[in-house]
Amino acid sequence: MKALTQKRRHPFAFVALLLLGLLLTGGLYAAATTVNEAQASNLPEGYTSEQVEEGERLFVANCATCHGMNAEGTDAGPSLVGVGAASVDFQVGTGRMPMQMQGPQAQQKPPQFNEEQTAQLAAYVASLGTGPAVPEDEYLDVDQGDPSRGGELFRINCAMCHNAAGAGGALTEGKFAPSLHGVEERHIYEAMTTGPQNMPVFNDANIPPEDKRDIIAFLKTYENQGTPGGFSLGFLGPVSEGLLIWTLGLALLIGSMVWLTSRSS
Amino acid sequence: MSAADKNYTEAQYLEADQYQPRTRTGRIANYVDQRVGGTGIVREFGRKVFPDHWSFMFGEVALYSFIIVVLSGAFLTFWFDPSMATTRYSGSYAPLQGVDMSTAYATALELSFDVRGGLFMRQLHHWGALLFILAMSVHMLRVFFTGAFRKPRELNWVVGCALLILGLGAGFTGYSLPDEVLSGNGLRIIDGMMKAIPVVGTYLSFFLFGGEFPGDEVIPRLYTLHIFIIPGMILILIAIHLFMVVVHKHTQYPGPGRTERNVVGYPVGPVYAAKAGGFFFIVLGILCLISGTFQINALWNYGPYDPSPVQAGAQPDWYIGPFEGVLRLMPGWLGPIPLEFVIPTPWGGNSVATPVLVPMIPIAVMFLGMFIWPWIEAWITGDKKEHHLLDRPRNAPTRTAVGAATVTFYCIMWGMGSNDLIATHFQLSLNDITYWSRVLIFVGPVIAYILTKRICLALQRKDREIALHGHEAGIIEVSPDGGFHERHKLPSEYELWTLVSYEAPAPSGPRPNAKGKVTRVEKFRAALNRMFFEDRVEPVSRQEYLEALEHNGHHDGATGLEAAQSQEQITAGHSGRH
Ligand code: HEC
Ligand code: HEC
Ligand code: HEM
Repeated sequence: MKALTQKRRHPFAFVALLLLGLLLTGGLYAAATTVNEAQASNLPEGYTSEQVEEGERLFVANCATCHGMNAEGTDAGPSLVGVGAASVDFQVGTGRMPMQMQGPQAQQKPPQFNEEQTAQLAAYVASLGTGPAVPEDEYLDVDQGDPSRGGELFRINCAMCHNAAGAGGALTEGKFAPSLHGVEERHIYEAMTTGPQNMPVFNDANIPPEDKRDIIAFLKTYENQGTPGGFSLGFLGPVSEGLLIWTLGLALLIGSMVWLTSRSS
Repeated sequence: MSAADKNYTEAQYLEADQYQPRTRTGRIANYVDQRVGGTGIVREFGRKVFPDHWSFMFGEVALYSFIIVVLSGAFLTFWFDPSMATTRYSGSYAPLQGVDMSTAYATALELSFDVRGGLFMRQLHHWGALLFILAMSVHMLRVFFTGAFRKPRELNWVVGCALLILGLGAGFTGYSLPDEVLSGNGLRIIDGMMKAIPVVGTYLSFFLFGGEFPGDEVIPRLYTLHIFIIPGMILILIAIHLFMVVVHKHTQYPGPGRTERNVVGYPVGPVYAAKAGGFFFIVLGILCLISGTFQINALWNYGPYDPSPVQAGAQPDWYIGPFEGVLRLMPGWLGPIPLEFVIPTPWGGNSVATPVLVPMIPIAVMFLGMFIWPWIEAWITGDKKEHHLLDRPRNAPTRTAVGAATVTFYCIMWGMGSNDLIATHFQLSLNDITYWSRVLIFVGPVIAYILTKRICLALQRKDREIALHGHEAGIIEVSPDGGFHERHKLPSEYELWTLVSYEAPAPSGPRPNAKGKVTRVEKFRAALNRMFFEDRVEPVSRQEYLEALEHNGHHDGATGLEAAQSQEQITAGHSGRH
């Protein structure tokens, strides 16, 4: 340790360091590009070549009209190079893709592909360039998560769009953040890593995988606890409460008033 | 009706006073009564007559829900601690365990999850509060649209308006107590509004919050307001309000035997009192049913207050909705021009947040107009008479139209308070809703005014038609000479009363003052007067009625005569009843 600090003071030490730095970055860059190329032509991790081939076939048949023959993007849909398997798994798994019609936001509908086909599509898109992968099961295990910490993270990062109870909310010009009730753990995780449409990306630097698991644990605990106070009225807070008192409440009242006064004469 | 007519002689009262109880309970009751004077009170109030119409019962609902809110609120105070000191939550609600929060929030959670019946009581208190203000509002609309605020009841109308405002205050302070993100957002808006007031705004805010927002003073202060000062004031005003109702006696809708000088209905005791007691339990039952089945203010969702996060769907309770809505409606920029500007001052400049201040103007005008409407209307119409018979809304077309326009104005602001939920639930664009509402807020009330007035006049014409020629019976008759005509059924006597007994004065024109000069103010008044009365449908007169009878070939309609005359009695003028 001491020797090293002394050497650093040496006039040549600076030059040596500079050279070393340049070498390292250059080497890393080369390594990275080759890895990338290897991935582009080779297999993404965790998928077989049959899956990629099958995925390509499915893609050309179902997606290429909008996303282009090589997923390079067209006027009708963005490029999918580098969006990663997670994005495909989310978009296809929640039934958003293939998109049915143009609108402010891709609408959800029952998924059109089964698990196997979704994985094939994901494999194909992942083979085009690196991107977020489908999360590991470890990070989806809500039993390992901490719901109250997740709750805090959720209120700080997500509730402004998705509502404190995850009931969803409006964004501008017809766009909206959907309700999170009943969304699968995997899709919650993938939504965070890929940031579909108007949702921001929460990468691992923003919210590390363990914290993502806490958020999922919070959402699942919340979903499973039921509503302690009775019917939730859509988790929409004071507006639906006001509506209830002005409809059901007022109707019951007027009903009883008319009944009471009609009894008299 | 019979009970009202029953008169007790003085001898009967004396007999009651000499009453010798036989049972033990009777003796105790009599002992207490002779000292408290219960009989006298019951005699005085018990003989007050309360007419029967369901629309007269909203005031009672307001009273009963207030009582329910006070009782359930008292329950909450046993556990709720309005302190802003930080604690770590360790109650039984798992998703918040270990989270730092204020004691106020922690005890509100304790009430919800760890106190037996606490959640139900919280919900009862909150649903009760919503119903309290709803009942007051509907009661007020009833009073307005039937003209019950006219002389001699103007002051009681003002007391009612003050009660409404206090109700809003009670609700808002209560909503702010649990100190979660939703209520904190509400306080933040109040803070913003205060700070928007030029020059003194910041001082006001610091004064309320005891320093920079949120500070640690505001919840205890709101608590004092919420459980002591505001309910106390409400209680006093309710007492004054009810006292005045007794003094003025109740108004009634026109009908046979109902004049400006009497009240037809049931005496308060015993029939009415029994019914009222029963009605209290009906209101309580409805509230308990709702509180037991529907969740309200699920404050565990929102998390402890922290000024940074805002949540989608953050809204105030319904009665504050229009205030929120008008803020959402107001643009911050007009095209490229910002509406906020800075007044240069020696100490650096004072920002004037017009987008926050301007929206308060229509609200203020609306509430001020509400307070002084009885005088505005009396001034325009020049009507100085006492009124104990109510108007059917159609028979005062201009007032009804003004009311409808105001309600429309209110509802547009109210709707805007939930523009985000309208957008998601009706699949509309939030921006479009906002732009359209900015137009609608000006156009809507005008359309409502015109439409309502036309509808009222049309209904009056229909009434006239029915009074003179009867209902269309739906039976077509062929006369011997081959003509077709529809048979008409004459209205019953009771119906005829409601159809013809109202007044519709013609515009009176400007009057010179004592010096014989027509002032400019008087001209303005006359113009408003013309607007009020220009379009009118003449009520059926006795003469017309007789002619119509003749024409219809009926000669047995003499019972209707009295009804047809009632209108003349009303218009002929009268002075109070005793
Ligand atoms: C009708 C045209 C259309 C079809 C068909 C379609 N997409 Fe898309 N896709 C879009 C559009 C448009 C977007 C951009 C959505 C947005 O951001 O609003 C998109 C976005 C995506 C994304 C997200 C990209 C990102 O940035 O994360 C993925 C992944 C995707 N599509 C996959 C697919 C797959 C797989 C298929 C076939 C099964 C498919 N799409 C079919 C139009 C289409
Ligand atoms: C800026 C607003 C915004 C924020 C902040 C945000 N989201 Fe989203 N979220 C959206 C929108 C918009 C969509 C819909 C995207 C679509 O339909 O493609 C969405 C979709 C989702 C979905 C998919 C729901 C479904 O029905 O398939 C999940 C899960 C999700 N978000 C979770 C989160 C979580 C967890 C966070 C916080 C870490 C978060 N979001 C933060 C806007 C947001
Ligand atoms: C005058 C009419 C009143 C209205 C309109 C009103 C309204 C409210 C509202 C809306 C809340 C929020 C409740 C929640 O969801 O948690 C609240 C809280 C509370 N109120 Fe009232 N209230 C009134 C009178 C009272 C009175 C008279 C008391 C006490 C005697 C009281 C005690 C409380 C307490 C302790 C809380 C906080 C408890 C909690 O939030 O769980 N209130 N009130």
